[in-house]
Amino acid sequence: MRTVSVLSAALLALGLAAAPAAADSSPSPSADGEAAPTRAGTSFRTATEIEQGRQATASGSTGDYLYWSFPADTGQRPTVRATVKLPQAHASQTWQVDVYDGLRRRQACQYGAQTRTAAADAPSVELACVLRTVRAWSEPWADDPLPGTYYVRLTAIGVPTSDLGLPVGSEVRVDSADIGGSAAVDGSLAKPLVPGIATRPEEEQEDAAVLAGLEPEDGWSSGRWSDRWVWTALGGALAALAGVGGYALTRGPGRPARVPPNA
Amino acid sequence: MITRKRPAAVACALLAMLTAGLAFPAGAAAGEPTGQDAPKVDLVLDVSGSMRARDIDGQSRMAAAKQAFNEVLDATPEEVELGIRTLGADYPGDDRKTGCKDTAQLYPVGPLDRTEAKTAVATLTPTGWTPIGPALLKAAGDLDGGNGSKRIVLISDGEDTCAPLDPCEVAREIAAKGIGLTIDTLGLVPTAKLSRQLSCIAEATGGTYTSVEHQDQLTDRVNQLVVRAAEPVVTPVATRGAAGCTGAPTLKSGLFTDREEFGKQRWYRVDVLPGQELRASVSVAADRAVNPDYGVLLRAVTVHGREIVRGEAAGTGRTDVISTGLRYPKPEREDSDGDKPAAETVCLAVTNSYSAVSGVKTTPGLPLELTVDVVDGPSQADDVASFGLGRGWWLLGALILTGFLAGLVWGWLSRWRVAIWRTN
Repeated sequence: MRTVSVLSAALLALGLAAAPAAADSSPSPSADGEAAPTRAGTSFRTATEIEQGRQATASGSTGDYLYWSFPADTGQRPTVRATVKLPQAHASQTWQVDVYDGLRRRQACQYGAQTRTAAADAPSVELACVLRTVRAWSEPWADDPLPGTYYVRLTAIGVPTSDLGLPVGSEVRVDSADIGGSAAVDGSLAKPLVPGIATRPEEEQEDAAVLAGLEPEDGWSSGRWSDRWVWTALGGALAALAGVGGYALTRGPGRPARVPPNA
Repeated sequence: MITRKRPAAVACALLAMLTAGLAFPAGAAAGEPTGQDAPKVDLVLDVSGSMRARDIDGQSRMAAAKQAFNEVLDATPEEVELGIRTLGADYPGDDRKTGCKDTAQLYPVGPLDRTEAKTAVATLTPTGWTPIGPALLKAAGDLDGGNGSKRIVLISDGEDTCAPLDPCEVAREIAAKGIGLTIDTLGLVPTAKLSRQLSCIAEATGGTYTSVEHQDQLTDRVNQLVVRAAEPVVTPVATRGAAGCTGAPTLKSGLFTDREEFGKQRWYRVDVLPGQELRASVSVAADRAVNPDYGVLLRAVTVHGREIVRGEAAGTGRTDVISTGLRYPKPEREDSDGDKPAAETVCLAVTNSYSAVSGVKTTPGLPLELTVDVVDGPSQADDVASFGLGRGWWLLGALILTGFLAGLVWGWLSRWRVAIWRTN
């Protein structure tokens, strides 16, 4: 399926050289100019903002609720991966990663070990959550993923009292698969689902506290462009060609034989 | 459909942009960080007799704490107002009543003079009792005033020796009184009982609990907590929801906090103009021991009681919070007859299905956080696919086949017409 879509994309790109390049692949890890966050928040309000494709680390204690937030745009299917480095000696612990959208609605994971139990003294536990594809629009009664801020909560959900407070290290990374035009739906939100967006001041203020301020690398997409334009235009062109072909078929090659040369 | 609607949408957007400046004067909304005060941190250190134990990297707990404090004082960010309070530092006797009042302010909360603070810390010697509850109450008093974030960092090596005042309940009361006050706890070489008590205190205020076995661990953690206090955070606005829609407070966009008791409802009102979208999310925190199955329900209801949309969430197991949200785009009015369209009042009702385990106090209510955003409405979908466009090999096949058939028909038609013309 993947090769088919790659092939088709290549074909389409060849067929319509003038068409703008189809949506970019998943955001590449940006240059190491800025350091990735080395801390985590402890609530939705204080969640640490991370970019996609960056590895965020945080030291915490067993029993802490660690929060990060990241922006996800239309057509992306984010995958959240978390690794918890457990202390040397500990009892069996169950860890869980939860993902919430900008409205703090819990988002389902399609695949991935969202909850895992680490055996006693296991050095680490790895968790993953593959979200559904982010759509540009959905009905208000649905809880489909929409472009905006997403929250990641990492915590131990089953932990004996003896292990409470033990130091743990955690690593979180979010990457997105680009689903492209197959997920392009009609309609769009006026503003992405970013908490506090209605009260954000017009001009950017240094150090001003906001609930979530991070945007995708090249801004929020308008949702107008999708590779459906290329497919439809190519389909129209091919249909026109086929029409010409069909017409030619009925006329036969060259001038009809029965017509005199001087007619 | 699309061609008819898009120009209208563009016009609306332009109009909205033009009027936005007039309709929503800047600074009117709640939750803005205008003129926020300096963050305040109060370090509360246990100086009870047990701090003499030499079990942290070969040195005594007191020495480890002193060294950690020195390093923390050096690394404290400029903007943080730091204070130090001791418990059990002065009364060495056996009288419980006096011992349980033994808490003193070692260094007042305010702009930090590092040398002075360090000198004060150096004088400490392990002495008395462990009155955690009273010390927390006093520490909350130290932090009084200002609208910046407030944090108490409690470092103790033994559980509270001043029952029946449960420090856990004290912490909950403190959190219920002030906004944005968090208590983080650190246990030095803790027993299981101390772990339970300190993590209970931390969870009551949304803080964290750490058990400390090594000196560098202590330094790192306290540093981390002080730096965390310095980060700018949106401070929520306290509000008080009503038991029904009538009499409920009217909220604008912003971040709000309230308290909701077990099994009670909280109602708020939000005004939404046609063409606007209401976004609301709510989280109810479990700040005490609750049974492991719980839920939260947020409903948007008209003033006449019709439910528009709801957000619901349920969970099981250990948690700090349960949250949900909803979106309500109010449609544009069809008959735009020039006069200003009337705002619709939407009632938001919050209920939770937490249940307290037996023996846990049910007052004050659980902390509730509500975000309200009223933004421009979405452009509606006219089709499942983007602009009704197609995609895929089936589409190409269908178009090619249709084109080919059309070409054939056209060709035959013209042949037939030529034949008729020739016979005539």
